[in-house]
Amino acid sequence: MNIQQSPNFKASDYKSGLTPVWCPGCGDFHVLLSVTKALAELGTPPENVAVISGIGCSSRIPAYTNCYGFHGVHGRSLALGAGLKVARPDLTVMVMSGDGDGFSIGGNHFLHACRRNVDMTYIVMDNRVYGMTKGQPSPTTEPDWDSALSPGGTGLSPFHPLVIALASGANFVAREFSGDIKGSTRTIVEAVRHPGFSFVEILSPCVTFRPDERQWKTQTHAASVEATDDPARAARRIMTDDGFNVGVLYRGRRKPYETHVSDLAGDPAILEEEFAV
Amino acid sequence: MTAGVTSKVIGSAGELLAHAYQMELEAQERYGYLADQMEMHNNADLAKLFRELARVEGIHAGDILEQMQGMQVPQINPLDYKWSGSESPEALDMGDMHYMMTPRQALLLALKAEQNAFEFFDHLLKSTDDEDTRRFAAEFAEEEQEHVELVLKELKKHPESDERTREDMDPPIQQE
Ligand SMILES: Cc1ncc(C[n+]2csc(CCOP(=O)(O)OP(=O)(O)O)c2C)c(N)n1
Ligand code: SF4
Repeated sequence: MNIQQSPNFKASDYKSGLTPVWCPGCGDFHVLLSVTKALAELGTPPENVAVISGIGCSSRIPAYTNCYGFHGVHGRSLALGAGLKVARPDLTVMVMSGDGDGFSIGGNHFLHACRRNVDMTYIVMDNRVYGMTKGQPSPTTEPDWDSALSPGGTGLSPFHPLVIALASGANFVAREFSGDIKGSTRTIVEAVRHPGFSFVEILSPCVTFRPDERQWKTQTHAASVEATDDPARAARRIMTDDGFNVGVLYRGRRKPYETHVSDLAGDPAILEEEFAV
Repeated sequence: MTAGVTSKVIGSAGELLAHAYQMELEAQERYGYLADQMEMHNNADLAKLFRELARVEGIHAGDILEQMQGMQVPQINPLDYKWSGSESPEALDMGDMHYMMTPRQALLLALKAEQNAFEFFDHLLKSTDDEDTRRFAAEFAEEEQEHVELVLKELKKHPESDERTREDMDPPIQQE
């Protein structure tokens, strides 16, 4: 056989041998596929990628990849990811979590990660529920979602991740639907390539505790306008968003965070001096 | 046009083989993945069914690989395959799965995947003049049609009453 171009990596090169324990139909399977396809498209060797997560069904994802990974503490994935990226700027750092992990217990880290603008990609698998702990409402849950654990709904205004990311200084803001693997793959590739802190919310159904979310397949639609680099314009658009627009909303031009110490990567002594307290 | 059928022109027999091979590999991987999921959730009947479908797709992938010997086959990046859908036409949508699904429900999904694969090659056959491409497209369309027949035959063994999802006596949604 004569392959015309030298092959780089296949999506399967980024998958570990572990079988995911997610419920069949869970959107997180699709996210795993999109991430592995995006990494193959980027051609980054698995050993140069670190997948960092917190706690939750979605946060199990590092174990299912063949990259370096860290299944961290609940809500602290961004702190871990930022620390790693500053210490090892040569790595591609992908932080992945759920809406509970990222916006409840990890909400504060989210704001400051956007502000700091460290060059990494943050993917939140948003299913508007705490899947792992059996279906409690999360910050993105609709106020009238009626369930055994929230009779009549919480009545609380949902947290709007894209608005908050934009207002807090994230340099790239996008939303995708897990079932649109091509769209998610394309956006993840762009997010990784974009300098600074890139935030991608992926609507990823929890088919067990939110079976209604299977309808997202027909509810999500491509945003009718192109991405902008003007935060004011992006803010106006996102405030009138129906929550189901998918695509890139904002590509910013902020300079990513840079440590003043160069070449940290190779020298543990410099690292210790810089970071140990 | 059915989801997954190509919307762009496939220009050569080599390019068609690259697509066909990738499609069979993805189908094999997907069915294998679904078998793993069903094993994980103690649905042995379905695990066996998906394992068998993965085996059949694997054989087909191997055959295509042999046909690729000595041909100019381009290397294609994941986003550059020319299927119009989000995934290759024969990859069954994992979002349609359920841990309580019945073999009939699974077979209906497999039927849709095999029909999509048939349409992919059939559409190509009808839209290209290149002789070599047409030869391969006709051959693969015929094979996919055989898979469709196979699934239809299997479906006959499962009555329509099996279309309802099985009941979980201890459903996860019953929170106290
Ligand atoms: C400090 C701490 N508090 C609470 C928990 C319990 N807990 C585990 S996962 C989780 C929520 C996960 O929700 P989400 O991030 O949306 O992930 P999903 O399971 O839906 O993917 C909670 C509250 C914990 N593990 N640690
Ligand atoms: S409980 Fe929900 S989020 Fe967790 S694996 Fe199952 S479907 Fe996915």
